Amino acid sequence: MSDESGQQHPFAIYIKIWVLLFVLSTCSYMVDFFQFQGYLRWTLVVIFMLLKAGFIITIFMHLHWERTALKYLLLGPPVVLLVLIGMMAIEADYTNFSRDSFFSESDSTFIEPHSPSTH
Amino acid sequence: MATEETSTVAKTGSGLRSLVSDWSDDKQTFEIHWGKLMMWIFLLGDTFIFTVFLTGYMNVRMSAVDAWPNPSQVFALTLFGTHLPLILIAIMTFVLITSSGTMAMAVNFGYRRDKTKTMVLMLATAVLGLMFVSMQVFEWSKLISEGVRPWANPFGAAQFGSTFFMITGFHGLHVSVGVIYLTIVAIKVKKGHYDKKGYEIVEITGLYWHFVDLVWVFIFAFFYLW
Repeated sequence: MSDESGQQHPFAIYIKIWVLLFVLSTCSYMVDFFQFQGYLRWTLVVIFMLLKAGFIITIFMHLHWERTALKYLLLGPPVVLLVLIGMMAIEADYTNFSRDSFFSESDSTFIEPHSPSTH
Repeated sequence: MATEETSTVAKTGSGLRSLVSDWSDDKQTFEIHWGKLMMWIFLLGDTFIFTVFLTGYMNVRMSAVDAWPNPSQVFALTLFGTHLPLILIAIMTFVLITSSGTMAMAVNFGYRRDKTKTMVLMLATAVLGLMFVSMQVFEWSKLISEGVRPWANPFGAAQFGSTFFMITGFHGLHVSVGVIYLTIVAIKVKKGHYDKKGYEIVEITGLYWHFVDLVWVFIFAFFYLW
């Protein structure tokens, strides 16, 4: 019974995905090896990352063959993390702006405070 | 008879229709092995932990005033007289992917009730995991000897060290725990402990292991390649 309910799929698909993951990893390493920079680098890195993650989740972790209810349970909640990432990006930007504006040593102009204790 | 009918109803439909019927029918919502469901929910929690770590890393990297150290050079090695950027991390990535492949096959053999092959493949996965952790130990020792600390480093922004040790350390801990978990389950498989219970346990262990690989995909992209 447990054999029937379990996830059993032909071998070929695992080998194919395995090879594909190798190729994709090589591709992402090549991005660094050939020193692509800027938006080209980030785009390629993210594309290869998402493809690898997608294949691992759908095939190796069998999510492709699971019921829709489970797919929603697993892929729904992480969406809120995008909100966190967005908010933290805004916050980091502000922190960076504050540091550059008020804490950089090179061009900060502090006015000597009047100290009341000397009177 | 009635139960048989219910289970036939549950198996029908796909997509949104099945989602509605799974949640609204007078039955258990998730008709999968309970241990597998629990592992999935644990991994969902782990997803949040790792995402929070990576988000914290994004936050400090974006707000850092000093230049961020170039991972490509920090993790470069000279092998056979050639200077290769990021090579150790690339090898670690390939080792982990290989281990995911052996794990996927172990799950397959588990459901075929081939105990010896399942055990061998699971142990191979554990050995590859051990190789990964060993290389991580080497990487940590190298960086520590070069003066990288959680509070400072000679290459640039101090936050590099803290996020590096936190993220790779937590991931390394997951790999180490996975190696122990795999070894225990492999031995129990060989001993025939799951003949009655069924071989879902191999798939559950596999889920954990693939997740560790999955997290590495994101760490590799965001920490090492960005």
